[in-house]
Amino acid sequence: MIEFLKTPAGFAILTLVQALSLLVPLLILVAYLTYAERKVLGAMQLRKGPNVVGPFGLFQPFADAIKMLMKETIIPTGANRALFIMAPMLTFSLAMIAWAVIPVNDGWAIADINVGVLYLFAISSLGVYGIIIAGWASNSKYPFMGALRSAAQMVSYEVSMGFVMVTVLLCVGSLNLNDIVTAQTRLWFAVPLFPMFVIFFISTLAETNRSPFDLPEGESEIVAGFFVEYSSMSFALFFLGEYANMILMAAMTTILFLGGWLAPFGIAPFTWLPGPLWFFLKICAVLFVFLWVRATFPRYRYDQLMRLGWKVFLPFSLFYLVLVAGVLLAFGWLPNA
Amino acid sequence: MIAALAFYLFAAILLVSAVMVVTARNPVHAVLFLILAFFNASALFLLAGAEFLAMILVIVYVGAVAVLFLFVVMMLDVNFSQLREGFQRYAPIGAAVGLVLLVELALVLGGWKFAPGAASLRMAPIDPAVDNTRQLGQLLYTDYVLLFQAAGLVLLVAMIGAIVLTLRDRQTSRHQVIARQVARHPHETLVMMEVKTGAGVAELGILRPPVDEPEPAGDAHESHGHGGGH
Amino acid sequence: MAFLDRTARALLLGELVSGMALTLRYFFKPKATLNYPYEKGPISPRFKGEHALRRYPNGEERCIACKLCEAVCPAQAITIEAEPREDGSRRTTRYDIDMTKCIYCGLCEEACPVDAIVEGPNFEFATETREELMYDKHRLLANGDRWEPELARRLELDAPYR
Repeated sequence: MIEFLKTPAGFAILTLVQALSLLVPLLILVAYLTYAERKVLGAMQLRKGPNVVGPFGLFQPFADAIKMLMKETIIPTGANRALFIMAPMLTFSLAMIAWAVIPVNDGWAIADINVGVLYLFAISSLGVYGIIIAGWASNSKYPFMGALRSAAQMVSYEVSMGFVMVTVLLCVGSLNLNDIVTAQTRLWFAVPLFPMFVIFFISTLAETNRSPFDLPEGESEIVAGFFVEYSSMSFALFFLGEYANMILMAAMTTILFLGGWLAPFGIAPFTWLPGPLWFFLKICAVLFVFLWVRATFPRYRYDQLMRLGWKVFLPFSLFYLVLVAGVLLAFGWLPNA
Repeated sequence: MIAALAFYLFAAILLVSAVMVVTARNPVHAVLFLILAFFNASALFLLAGAEFLAMILVIVYVGAVAVLFLFVVMMLDVNFSQLREGFQRYAPIGAAVGLVLLVELALVLGGWKFAPGAASLRMAPIDPAVDNTRQLGQLLYTDYVLLFQAAGLVLLVAMIGAIVLTLRDRQTSRHQVIARQVARHPHETLVMMEVKTGAGVAELGILRPPVDEPEPAGDAHESHGHGGGH
Repeated sequence: MAFLDRTARALLLGELVSGMALTLRYFFKPKATLNYPYEKGPISPRFKGEHALRRYPNGEERCIACKLCEAVCPAQAITIEAEPREDGSRRTTRYDIDMTKCIYCGLCEEACPVDAIVEGPNFEFATETREELMYDKHRLLANGDRWEPELARRLELDAPYR
């Protein structure tokens, strides 16, 4: 058995099994994130949210999925057919492939690569293409505006996100996600780097086009933004991709700042739970804040969004980066692993 | 075997998409092919064991530069018939420039000399204990630190130059001063009044500012967008 | 001092945090949702719902075919034809309400001198076809028979304000 797994065919099968065992729970999580979003938003608006389909409305995501699948796929006559169909697939698959490097427990990653953080950053920076291509290929006003907004927004916020990551990397001395988590055994980075944690979280909101930065799909101004022309399964893929991206960003926040799979404080009652469960719980907590923020804040105006990204976050994260580097150097805390 | 197959696959896609960048009729398609080319180039880097370069290529070129390309190309309405108008006339000049470039390239390649130790260095295996991110850093921040920082400064100057050339701050434009808006307190701006039933607004001393009064020109910065009471 | 206070608040995102605290409080509050077909909200005695023709306790229909409701109806939804009955009393032979025309203003109810035509508390009378909404006398009387206890109670409660 062990020998077989070392052959190319065995390796391929092993990878497939690993990928499935990660993606299937992920997709279920995505489905229930949509349910949780409606429940949390409802609760914060003194409503109950979906409660009719199944016990507590638990089958609601599946009812929605079936409804989506039954709808007709409409491709506008003026659209660029190939790109129009490709865009949602791109969004969805990009949200999936990023999970290859996420460590769920110590060493439990499909690909434990040296430059894991860079890989994640690269994949998340590609997310904009699905939106841009969708907006352009639809050959319609509002999608195009949504695409332009999204492109400018995601490029802007990536800059400050990059600085935040560099700050974390300075404290770790490695680009490997596994090392980043194990470096937080004594203290989660959310404590010493708290301002960067806040900036990172807000940037992930902008990066995933979530409220209050959901201008690319701002329905009060541009109908639904880049997916105005989409229907049926292609729309569902966008939807799934967006929520999978949210989960990915929550996982990234967890790994960079909240100590990944590590139990809080590393003391007895907490360490009884296995690592992957802690990882899951932390992701859920971050996702709850995503929904909480959506229920609380109104949408930003576009110039305010750009101002926040370039005039507030960028200088502040740059300043904090220099500060952290200085402190690490002055006290000799630089990791030299 | 698999590595060789992957290399030829990525190299072939890279070359084909590079050709398509030049020949594609639709400029947006051209940019998309350029992105595909970048991708395959980064895959080739990965195969060569240079994972840092591969990721940086994707982040910088695909994630940022190409997005801006696409941004610009999508917004331009390129007219092809107009572009092709002068093709005949400019063909000789273009050919001349191309020829000069070719000759220069040939001269460079003909006079190429390897550094004395390079041949033996190529044989020396990379230290497997040190990953190539660290190796790159050790090289860039020791031997080439001056060049590296100088290149960064040149880019900074170019960026500032571009901003200075394009930024027009018109004095008449009204700016939102967010700090002032946030600093406002209800008790500074809001007056609670006991309104008598049937009494008009004028009797209570609440008067709206006259509508037809023109804005004082020098005061444009002072009055900010929200809560101005207009 | 005020400046320091403001700056500290801005840096600590005071307003954002207080906003989020508010939504979190609402998150744990009891919800206002009614589980509609099983739970219903209270209805005022003046609620103007589906129409009904009432009878006297001895079973005699109240309507005397004065046609005041027909005259006052702003949407002209009511059609009445009348003839003397065998016993000589004046009664309607036809009393139709086109519920698709009706605007539920309640003027018919107010015009009626004998409290015959009333609007009841029932608002769940959606139908699958348009024809079913053309109510005739038989249907209206049947409504009156079904809702009589509630109709009488409504009239009694609203009487002081008439």
